Amino acid sequence: MSEAPLLSVQALTKRFGARVACRDVAFELWPGEVLGIVGESGSGKTTLLNCVAGRHAPEVGAVTYESAAYGLVDVHRLSEARRRLLGRTEWGFINQDARDGLRMTVSAGANIGERLMAVGARHYGDIRGTAQEWLQRVEIETDRLDDRPTTWSGGMRQRLQIARNLVSKPRLVLMDEPTGGLDVSVQARILDLLRGLVDTLQLSAVLVTHDLGVARLLTHRLMVMQGGRVVEEGLTDQVLDDPQHAYTQMLVASVLPV
Amino acid sequence: MLPALRVSGLTKSFVIHAHGDLALPVLRDVTLAVSPGECLALVGPSGAGKSTLLRSLYGNYRPDAGSIRIGHGDGWVEMVRAAPRTVLDVRRRTLGFVSQFLRVIPRVGTLDVVAEPALRHGMGRAEARRRAESLLARLNVPVRLWSLPPATFSGGEQQRINIARSLIVDYPILLLDEPTASLDPANRDGVVELIRQRRDDGTAIVGIFHDPAVRDLLANRVLNVALPGTSVGVLA
Amino acid sequence: MPEAAYNYAYLDEQTKRMIRRAILKAVAVPGYQVPFGGREMPLPYGWGTGGIQVTAAVIGRNDTLKVIDQGADDTTNAVSIRSFFAKVADVATTTSTEEATIIQTRHRVPETPLRDGQILVFQVPIPEPLRMLEPREIETRLLHALTEYGVMQVSLYENIARHGRIAKTYNYPVMVNGRYIMSPSPIPKFDNPKLDRSPALQLYGAGREKRIYAVPPYTPVKSLDFDDHPFEIERWDECCALCGSRESFLDEMIVDDAGKRMYICSDTDWCGRRQ
Repeated sequence: MSEAPLLSVQALTKRFGARVACRDVAFELWPGEVLGIVGESGSGKTTLLNCVAGRHAPEVGAVTYESAAYGLVDVHRLSEARRRLLGRTEWGFINQDARDGLRMTVSAGANIGERLMAVGARHYGDIRGTAQEWLQRVEIETDRLDDRPTTWSGGMRQRLQIARNLVSKPRLVLMDEPTGGLDVSVQARILDLLRGLVDTLQLSAVLVTHDLGVARLLTHRLMVMQGGRVVEEGLTDQVLDDPQHAYTQMLVASVLPV
Repeated sequence: MLPALRVSGLTKSFVIHAHGDLALPVLRDVTLAVSPGECLALVGPSGAGKSTLLRSLYGNYRPDAGSIRIGHGDGWVEMVRAAPRTVLDVRRRTLGFVSQFLRVIPRVGTLDVVAEPALRHGMGRAEARRRAESLLARLNVPVRLWSLPPATFSGGEQQRINIARSLIVDYPILLLDEPTASLDPANRDGVVELIRQRRDDGTAIVGIFHDPAVRDLLANRVLNVALPGTSVGVLA
Repeated sequence: MPEAAYNYAYLDEQTKRMIRRAILKAVAVPGYQVPFGGREMPLPYGWGTGGIQVTAAVIGRNDTLKVIDQGADDTTNAVSIRSFFAKVADVATTTSTEEATIIQTRHRVPETPLRDGQILVFQVPIPEPLRMLEPREIETRLLHALTEYGVMQVSLYENIARHGRIAKTYNYPVMVNGRYIMSPSPIPKFDNPKLDRSPALQLYGAGREKRIYAVPPYTPVKSLDFDDHPFEIERWDECCALCGSRESFLDEMIVDDAGKRMYICSDTDWCGRRQ
């Protein structure tokens, strides 16, 4: 077991005007760990993810990250330049809608290659080769390399977004409902893919979802949020099989059995 | 010999908030110890808390009070209120669990389902696959099924895959929840033999076995997990 | 004379000062786009309103002005702008690259090498090289500020993926002084090497978008490329049908209904001198 957490969130509070989106949230994420944040819409889970990513600045609290390049950093005190650099090297962010995370007007290869080029890759053949490898890893036919994702299905786009993020071998991946809005069969494929990649690449991840099945499959640990607060946390199977808080019990009881 | 597993004063109730915070006490002040090479069978009527006890030992249920200490590596780990990653580490290296049902993972082939705990334990890919193949063969899972995801398999097939998955690592402690419930006699005997071998090789086992014949074959001791409120004792 | 109603060089002194300040800043930060308060000029956007304001701000009575449009001194646009400044700024005009002290240009850099003390004023339609890739101004400014130029390389990658080579032939992006990526305006990439360490001062004016940027003399200007797809300029198998030049940028002309082609220098001054 590693000695230091990769990510640490301390007493984080985020307000939008009078509304408190996250209240006094704290957690640690250890290397190789996948943390799920579950709760209904408006529970503050996406806001929390955006605060972790440095996209929203919290009013109170801190987010510290153990960077490979810079050592321990306070995400919200980093210069914008450095935070963005981290964002495209050591971090990945998977949006629910792949269109928010892709460049829809350029080819799949260019989408995957962008992170490489952003840190100075200047050999077209090598970039293309790497893009091709990643297309394979996310199970897209390599003859689609020069396609623009505009005509692709939601599932293919999502897989492309995953490749685009993971090509830089990030240590931390933040995911916001990565299978939301996809057909169930497509979801299963993405989940399986993510599961495999998380395992083989030893990724640490924070996954926001309202789908307890997704949480069960992908996460080691769960935090349940309600009204901006963390009401329960623990190992994923503990929280889902032995829910203690009234809200968690309600969530678990609301899942339709198959 | 030092026990592999020590439980004392274990108490667990379920509180159902949707029903006016109704509290259902299930375990009260359970104390037990299991040594390496020993198999403890949990008995008692349905609803007595056998499964709850087993799941508490695995860290799946969170007890209200008491202690569960597990020999892990060179020392002891307290499982009650342990940090999640401590529980995961104990499960990865020390504690195997055979549940009644296989929780299928979409699209992952049988061989990979079985090999997964070995990989997570640090075994090489080739060795993990080799062990998975030999276990599946031994458990009579037809070769043509090995590459397919087990979602559509029969209950008996799924259960044997589940057993293979839990036996692929030589865990010092095994927790078994009805490992033979949906097996035909021939396959049941194969599973029993496999488990008995593990026990004789020094694995500490806690199990629930409905089939008295299976229980007699495997258990050295029996613990009656009585209804809540009554005392729990060790018979035999 | 009606032009007496106007200030010298058409713009009022305050405006010229404001533009000069923008130019000074642009020279100080090569390749950086400086916003300025662009004025309405007596010609439509797209006809050189940016260039004309820059020229008006730097021109003096001792200057000699040359104006070219696609290399030619004799197009309507070039002639009008030249006569405009002859009227409002009382300057000598010329078609000779060598004689000129200020050359306002649309879409070309003259073939005759420029020298110390000359000013080349470019008319720029779209100053932002990242615009086609990133529509949000606030984001492109941030990308420049952070030197975050992966996306520019993405567009070149895309070019090779689509055409097998970098098919972009004009407005080919350059890195100025190792810091800012800059649009050289829609000059052919043939002219890009002339920008590198040029002895002349290059000023770029975008009238519609109200931006000025500059490349001071002798500043390194590198055309972006890939290691395995290096930057190359256009080459022709033909020579100029009028002067026989093999080293100048050639325009292709179709001269009859049968589709007969002829290649001639785009730089009329250069071509005329060689005939």
